[in-house]
Amino acid sequence: MTAPWAAGDDPQVYSVARSADVVQIRQVIRALAQQCRLSLVDQTKMITAASELARNTLTYGGGGTVSAGVVSDASKRGVAAVFEDSGPGIADVDQAMTDGWTSGGGLGLGLSGARRLVDDFRLHTVPGEGTTVTIIKWAR
Amino acid sequence: MAKQDNAVDLVGLLAAEKQDLAASWVREVQESLGRRVGAAELDRELRELYEALVEALRQGAQDVHAEQMSEVRALLTELSRNRARQGFSPSETAISVFALKTVLEPALRDGSADTVRAYLQLGRILDGLGLFTIETYTQTRDELITAQAEQLLELSTPVVRLWDGVIAVPLVGTLDSARTQVVMEKLLQALVDTGSEQAIIDITGVPAVDTQVAQHLLKTIVAARLMGAECTVSGISPQIAQTIVALGIEFDGIVTKASLADALKLALRRSGVDMVAHAGVQR
Amino acid sequence: MSDRIPILRIGDILLVSVQFDLEDQTVLNLQEDLAEQIVAKSAQGVVIDISALEIVDSFVGRMLATVAAISRVLDARTVVVGMRPAVAITLVELGLSLGGVSTALDLEKGLAKLRRPASSASQ
Repeated sequence: MTAPWAAGDDPQVYSVARSADVVQIRQVIRALAQQCRLSLVDQTKMITAASELARNTLTYGGGGTVSAGVVSDASKRGVAAVFEDSGPGIADVDQAMTDGWTSGGGLGLGLSGARRLVDDFRLHTVPGEGTTVTIIKWAR
Repeated sequence: MAKQDNAVDLVGLLAAEKQDLAASWVREVQESLGRRVGAAELDRELRELYEALVEALRQGAQDVHAEQMSEVRALLTELSRNRARQGFSPSETAISVFALKTVLEPALRDGSADTVRAYLQLGRILDGLGLFTIETYTQTRDELITAQAEQLLELSTPVVRLWDGVIAVPLVGTLDSARTQVVMEKLLQALVDTGSEQAIIDITGVPAVDTQVAQHLLKTIVAARLMGAECTVSGISPQIAQTIVALGIEFDGIVTKASLADALKLALRRSGVDMVAHAGVQR
Repeated sequence: MSDRIPILRIGDILLVSVQFDLEDQTVLNLQEDLAEQIVAKSAQGVVIDISALEIVDSFVGRMLATVAAISRVLDARTVVVGMRPAVAITLVELGLSLGGVSTALDLEKGLAKLRRPASSASQ
């Protein structure tokens, strides 16, 4: 699992322990998305994806952290966020990525929906140890 | 101090018959470009470049990326950008640099081994500058193409108001995923701006759609519904109808009409407007 | 933690205007309060104005669908008004089409929709 950050990137780490933290993550991602000049639609998609994943971290992972910051490659800039928890992990990733499948009473759109909203989506999970989800939205 | 000597040799090669060489260089380039660049302008461009190159070599520049070459690179960048904008080909652009090699060739005829060595080294530097020119040229062309694509996108996606509360986008030409997305965002924003509850997407002028484009159309219609507006798709050609069925795209719950006129009629009826044809009016 | 969004009443219509980014618990409270108020005030319609919301994720989306379903069971109609274009595009991409929810462009059109007969408003 490689982190999206390069030297010089300066991601901030936020804890996700309460429902109010999910609101804060949305605000943090909005500020970063505006800083990167993402289009309004892309901003909205990125914030929504982050909201879904932060809620997953809280509900299924029993809390964890989010690192968020600006990333860049040769020609473009983007917003990246890494959601980490040390919860039960996901036993069947394919099943968890299916629309409508849920283990916790939600709509089952969190993971699959978030993946459709962003440009890069990486999921790393070890049953019994935890889950890490990395997402990036690039400015066009 | 070998390096220093070398540099002096290079400068010697270029600076010995300075005016003469620069003038032949300009002539050589002028021939290859025809009359498309003004003689005075070309003369100024190349002489400046020549001066800068001699100065850079005097300061010991070894290749195109050397610090001393920064002035040369700046001039070459400007030259390449101008050529790209004026529509010259990459060869025609690079020839401005390579022609200097041709011009220097006579110096080899009665030259010593040192002159040949200097010529070869200068040749390598000029090759580097030539590549730099082509790179800058390509970069400029890419920027031009991107800018034009954006302008086209703007031009080709008008949202028009057909009636109070009824807007339409007449789509013409091939739709790709990016263009469809732009049109659709514009359409949804126009719903808000004009307070329209009826939208018509007319695809009479669209020769074909692929799965992605059809999906974008569908998503837009659902998004419009979420905002409280209704979309009708009009002008679906027999070919596109066949594509939609063949691709297995679900068009359920989407209202389609054969023509823009039929779609407008429906939109008006939905907004509570009655159309009455008066008897006795000449047609 | 127990923030509650005010529910206004105009005649037999309940009006909710969501003005800020909501915590999940506040969303659940609103759902509960609306169900109670529909019965207590014998409301015929509910208008939820989300024009100030910059994002609607699946949690809020689910609340909107649930309130619409609850109000149908209680013989009232719910109209969600003012969803922004970017929000609508994102919800569709997320996979949420809010099938059973009535919508309108703005508050005025939402209220007008509730005044029309049920058959045309369900469109």
